Amino acid sequence: MADVAVIRTAAETALAHAYSEARTRLPGDDAIAAQREAAFDVFAKEGLPHRRIEDWKYTDLRALMRDAKPLAAPPDAAAKARAKAAGALLGDVECRRLIFVDGAFVAELSDIAGLERGLAVRSLADALSDNDPVLTAHLGKLAPGSDVAVALNTALMGDGAVIRIGAGSTIERPLHLLFVASEKPAATFVRSLVVVEQGARAMLIESHEGPAGCDYQVNAALEMFVGDAAHVDHVKIIGEGSDALHVSTLAAAIGAKARFNTFTFTAGGAVVRNQLFLKFDGEDTVAGIRGATLIRGHQHADTTLVVNHIARGCQSREVFKTVLDGDAHGVFQGRIIVRPHAQKTDAKMMTQALLLSERAEADNKPELEIFADDVQCGHGATAGALDEEMKFYLMARGIAAGEAEALLIRAFLGEAIEGIEHAGLREALMDSVAAWLGARG
Amino acid sequence: MPLLQINDLHVEIDGKEILKGLDLAVNAGEVHAIMGPNGSGKSTLAYVLAGKAEYTPTAGEVLFNGKNIFDMTPDERAAAGLFLAFQYPLEIPGVATMTFLRTALNAQRKKRGEAELSTPEFLKKVREMAGKLDIEPEMLRRAVNVGFSGGEKKRNEILQMALLEPRLAVLDETDSGLDIDALKIVADGVNRLRSPQRAFVVITHYQRLLTYIVPDVVHVLSKGRIVKTGGKELALELEARGYAEYQEEAAA
Repeated sequence: MADVAVIRTAAETALAHAYSEARTRLPGDDAIAAQREAAFDVFAKEGLPHRRIEDWKYTDLRALMRDAKPLAAPPDAAAKARAKAAGALLGDVECRRLIFVDGAFVAELSDIAGLERGLAVRSLADALSDNDPVLTAHLGKLAPGSDVAVALNTALMGDGAVIRIGAGSTIERPLHLLFVASEKPAATFVRSLVVVEQGARAMLIESHEGPAGCDYQVNAALEMFVGDAAHVDHVKIIGEGSDALHVSTLAAAIGAKARFNTFTFTAGGAVVRNQLFLKFDGEDTVAGIRGATLIRGHQHADTTLVVNHIARGCQSREVFKTVLDGDAHGVFQGRIIVRPHAQKTDAKMMTQALLLSERAEADNKPELEIFADDVQCGHGATAGALDEEMKFYLMARGIAAGEAEALLIRAFLGEAIEGIEHAGLREALMDSVAAWLGARG
Repeated sequence: MPLLQINDLHVEIDGKEILKGLDLAVNAGEVHAIMGPNGSGKSTLAYVLAGKAEYTPTAGEVLFNGKNIFDMTPDERAAAGLFLAFQYPLEIPGVATMTFLRTALNAQRKKRGEAELSTPEFLKKVREMAGKLDIEPEMLRRAVNVGFSGGEKKRNEILQMALLEPRLAVLDETDSGLDIDALKIVADGVNRLRSPQRAFVVITHYQRLLTYIVPDVVHVLSKGRIVKTGGKELALELEARGYAEYQEEAAA
């Protein structure tokens, strides 16, 4: 076949090498090995996604990824010790922490004692090594296998969290998956699976951080099954170090009469690609899908969202806000698909970029694909500078230019952040916004 | 020395001259009314005093308390005691009114080297003043001016003025869009603040407001200049006879 792409960039070669070296020692039985092999084939055929692939038009991973780092080794004692200081951004939000250092679950740093009734937590590595049936039923069922980032994750997944919340259980303490990179320029492929059964309620926080000045690479994927009448709040915080490459994917299927909220806060990393693939399988579900991104310098952050309304009567609200300074490049691609049976869908998407510098660039691509005829759908996109009239009004009351801008920027992002139901987390994120603004000077 | 001294002020917007040699002196303790037809430059005067960017002074000077205001940014002017009550107060979604008031007050206090107000002190002060201006506590919980009626916005301007206690307040058509009850509330708010240390410049198209805020001096502004100055009776005269003769005078 002539159309099979030849692997050619240094990064592609290194990824192929990493896989061929690691395949025999990566956890999992033959079925998992076959799943890895099939996923690797997708990558081998396609190579890294580049600008001629429509979904990656604004984030040319082949060009942005100059090399592929070796797979991270298990963390040493020093790395584990440093990880104790991680998670500062969440401040005093009380969580059950599950800590991953360089992609590996560290039980001794994690809070796995006294699990609430109905909550089961284990590491993916453990689940893979003893063929946990929950994996057979769910792993790889939601994340799109044709997406090369997902394919690489499947081929190389080493560890992650496997969480199951039993029917009707309410887990009061938020679960916090804290991924910390140590000071090695290595690559991690973490894969997590969360199954929230019927009528259960939980909050899941996923945060990613690492040292500044270290060009490590993270590919994280989370598959989440939200049962009928369940209520899930998911918050992802991408606070990677200044030179990190971060690609992460959330793939979720949401049942009937459920409530589902997801929020992505992006402030760190040199190159970030955040993918959300969400589908509404059951009727009458209400969902909030939001995000706030603050980038500066030469940061590049891409949020790519696909919302699939399959069942009727679901409501989704998508609000994504990006603040860009310096030479930053922000991308938002949001597609809402309403399938023929999804009558009475109510979906509204808004994406707004606030450009604080003439050199910053924001690409907004909202799309609606509607195959049903009785729906309420809309989208809006704006990109612009701060409102000078508002700024003048604030200054005329004695507020200095910088503080006036900070007030307006906080207000801009606040509209998205207010969508988070957990007050402590909302405050922690607003504090983080304030810190970002403070560093702006 | 007058609190505000304007000498031969020329101001352009987009290369078009709007103020063409305006002179005005306002002493502490006085209320001056500036009346004039539409397009005479009343709002331009208000904005140039507050420091709006697109209003470019090309000649003349404005001394506030002896200092050249063109050396000061808008926030510095505010901290020095200059206040503009906007004709069209801005709506600022996402900024809570209380946050806004507190940030403004503390920013000014800080610039003047005064201590910030504690939360209870601040709340007490705002509630007290809001009550006098018939501003519901519910309004204070909303974002700045968002969802406010025209009258509520104007009362909110007066609340800000009362809280910030400026040396000189410029009221730009604060009466526009107010019914008679709101007009009285606003006028009472202004009158409460009258003091020997403070001055007001009340810009208005109509005499009506001046029944309630009685000025010491009335000026007629036409085509970018003060063309007549008199006592409070001048306002009544204008109400009766209109601006036609002044427009002709300025044109001549």
